[in-house]
Amino acid sequence: MNPKTVEQLDQVTIRFAGDSGDGMQLTGARFTSETAQLGNDLSTLPDFPAEIRAPAGSLPGVSGFQIHFADHDILTPGDQPNVLVAMNPAALRTNLRDLPLGGTLIVNRDAFTDRNLEKAGYTSNPLEDGSVAEYQVHAVPLTSMTLEALKEIDVSKREAERAKNMFALGLMSWLYTRPLEGTVASIERKFAKRPEIVQANVTALRAGYAFGETTEGFATQYEVRPAPLPPGTYRNITGNQAIALGLVAASVQSGLAVYLGAYPITPASEILETLAGYKHFGVRTFQAEDEIAAAGAALGASFGGALGITTSSGPGIVLKQEVIGLAVTLELPLVILDIQRAGPSTGMPTKPEQADLLNVLFGRNSESPVPVVAASTPGGCFDAAIEACRIALKYRTPVFCLSDAYLANGSEPWLIPDPATLPDISTAFAEQADHEGAFMPYLRDVQTLARPWAIPGTPGLEHRIGGLEKADGTGNVSYDPDNHDYMVRVRAQKVAGIAADIPELEVDHDEGADLLVLGWGGTYGPIASAVRRVRKTGGKVAQAHLTHLNPFPANTGGVLRSYDRVLVPEMNLGQLLKLVRAEFLVDAVGYNRVRGMPFSSAELGEAIEGLL
Amino acid sequence: MSGGNGHGPLVQLSAKDFKTDQEVRWCPGCGDYAILAAMQSFMPELGVPRERTVFVSGIGCAARFPYYMQTYGMHSIHGRAPAIATGLATSRPDLSVWVVTGDGDALSIGGNHLIHALRRNVNLKILLFNNQIYGLTKGQYSPTSEVGKVTKSTPMGSLDYPFNPVSLAIGAEATFVARSIDTDRKHLTEVLRRAATHRGTAFVEIYQNCNIFNDGAFDVVKEQKENQIRLEHGQPIRFGAEGERGVRQRADGSCELVDVAEAGALLVHDEHQVHSSLAFALSRLAHTPEGPTPIGIFRDVERPVYDELMAEQLEAASESRGKGDLGELLHAGDTWTIA
Repeated sequence: MNPKTVEQLDQVTIRFAGDSGDGMQLTGARFTSETAQLGNDLSTLPDFPAEIRAPAGSLPGVSGFQIHFADHDILTPGDQPNVLVAMNPAALRTNLRDLPLGGTLIVNRDAFTDRNLEKAGYTSNPLEDGSVAEYQVHAVPLTSMTLEALKEIDVSKREAERAKNMFALGLMSWLYTRPLEGTVASIERKFAKRPEIVQANVTALRAGYAFGETTEGFATQYEVRPAPLPPGTYRNITGNQAIALGLVAASVQSGLAVYLGAYPITPASEILETLAGYKHFGVRTFQAEDEIAAAGAALGASFGGALGITTSSGPGIVLKQEVIGLAVTLELPLVILDIQRAGPSTGMPTKPEQADLLNVLFGRNSESPVPVVAASTPGGCFDAAIEACRIALKYRTPVFCLSDAYLANGSEPWLIPDPATLPDISTAFAEQADHEGAFMPYLRDVQTLARPWAIPGTPGLEHRIGGLEKADGTGNVSYDPDNHDYMVRVRAQKVAGIAADIPELEVDHDEGADLLVLGWGGTYGPIASAVRRVRKTGGKVAQAHLTHLNPFPANTGGVLRSYDRVLVPEMNLGQLLKLVRAEFLVDAVGYNRVRGMPFSSAELGEAIEGLL
Repeated sequence: MSGGNGHGPLVQLSAKDFKTDQEVRWCPGCGDYAILAAMQSFMPELGVPRERTVFVSGIGCAARFPYYMQTYGMHSIHGRAPAIATGLATSRPDLSVWVVTGDGDALSIGGNHLIHALRRNVNLKILLFNNQIYGLTKGQYSPTSEVGKVTKSTPMGSLDYPFNPVSLAIGAEATFVARSIDTDRKHLTEVLRRAATHRGTAFVEIYQNCNIFNDGAFDVVKEQKENQIRLEHGQPIRFGAEGERGVRQRADGSCELVDVAEAGALLVHDEHQVHSSLAFALSRLAHTPEGPTPIGIFRDVERPVYDELMAEQLEAASESRGKGDLGELLHAGDTWTIA
């Protein structure tokens, strides 16, 4: 065996790219799990087409998975990969431009057939015509070596070929000294009923690892030491998983059963699918006939005393707005999750954007205030979901909880919270008459301005509510001009008053900084990473990130006005920017890109430096 | 002040216990008054406490109904009542949930919700007040208006071919489908009684006169009793002043009207026939109420009820996996610990 050297790295970014049928998401997820087990900090970004299986070998059919891992804490999945694993010519063509010159390129040489080259639009083989000369290229016959390794195993050629992603994973696991045990166990679980498939995949995985050890092609093996993360038990988590767990936690912490009304839509469907598996928590999931019914059923369940929740993305949210308006005037709890994606209309279903902010704030008829909470990180989706439920229950109001396709599918290590430390968000139902022996459904709590929540089944509190304007107190239909003016104002005041019940905006100040970068939602990682980058080179910049968008934290105006300049980076054309300029008369400027991709910390770093 | 709490002995309620203090604001002479009165006088015999009864409506004249029932109620948004009621009924199987809707609300803007509620067989009682016109918006044609109807929005006559609500409900896999008439208190009450005790979704079309915008739309059936083909389970279907006319099934399964004297065997009505073909064929005897028209219960069959199935899945999950433990859930899957 050749002597191999072991080199220490502080961080690595690897991108796995292949055809949609090549199993790249699974490969990436397993590599992530191995990396998490080693204690590295990490951040991942799956990037896949909306088409389930675009024509094999075609450019639109390329599916990618990027993982950034390090021996220190990191905030993003990495701007550019150091290593690109390309399983076919189409994957090479669509991803090579992101690999810096000198980067490591591992390709499946067997896939570079004339036909595949043609499908990818290559007129000559890039492995032979000098196109990749400036990279460290490892052209490995992944398919044929996988077939060779599996020739004794009783699986079809097609099944054997499909195991080539495990060969690649084995090779990458050797290259970055990752353990295989977790992946072996996972394969055994996944294919428990088909032992021959288990054998094929495990054999391919080990063969890939052994190939790394023995081949002369790879002289160096790399190690990335564990990151000094806070003590505790961790798991890797995506934003959508964290939302599902957060909703169950909110159910436990409120004592109310979750009722989820949902209609399948990318990238929110996974929340429905995950919650459907939590029936032992009393979770009811209802896959409705459409987005409207999904929201309507959740509101109907809220009327009955459940924790009513509906999930969707932009195109579904616009349909739900009518029901949300009803929830505003009924003053019933309803939590609406908007996993934002690029629009308008169908847009780019699998790509992130944060351009629904103005729609969720203002996309209903008339004066229709709704609190808005936005998650900043995949793990933070857990807390955002609980916070949205807390506000909805306490203030009897619909609440939007925003995430996006980047947070939804991206993952990071998550310090699992102790349930005992979660907030108590329980609320009381009305049980008796509240006014001179009668029940007044709109007699408000003087502090929160919330109305009593009397659920069917409670004797003596029978009452009717509806979309028509209601008289304050009695809730009876009223067309009285002054009553309407009062009700419009009191609904607004109730939502505005929540500002006293949310944390102040925290500022990561840098002594001497007169520029503040203000973000919200899923851009937290890239912004924080860019701020670090600028500070490393001596730039003075402060950072603040909003998780409450309506109402804003009470100190927001003061914070903004205490800086000479405010930069608001957003994956839209300046929606928060408009709001802060209007609300606080601050001459903030925007940095706006809507490419359906998360910001890179490099571009944000440049934008910040441009203002210093 | 309430009618029983579900634990103690039931207090005998009367119709007035189901009246609210709200002034009823339908036009004088509206058929809705008769339906409201029938409902209020029939509710006490159901024995369901008022607090466990909920009326949900959408938008339209009929949709004001919940405001006048001393139960829980929600006057919601146009067409969405079946969806909202589905959420309520599936999360609270202990409640008696009624949907009150109209022809525009149920068949136009809310058509999708209606058909899906019917196929799911959620425990809902859906009352469709059909007046063949938009009343609240002051007189435009509706999805049940006859072709050629001249209204404010169709000065040269409507071009739309109308729905037959009973045919639609049967086609949408409804397990209970009936038709009654606003002013026929006895018939209406009997149909409502049967709907109330049906397990699953019950759909009742009620011919309701809008005396302002579509007066007399059902007179051919209401005023001329010989045009009422009363469906009675297990009985040969006969109608006419002397029962001289009847219904016979053709070889192709469709139904025709015949003179009893000349006909052979008449069709014997079977509400419980598993296949919906018979009920559907009967519903085709009159597409719109312009001649002999069947009223009564077309179909009443058993099928598993959605909310019960949903509750069973929850129970089965708790039994097989144990009641959910949050700490365990959060720690599921691959975890690692940093000291």
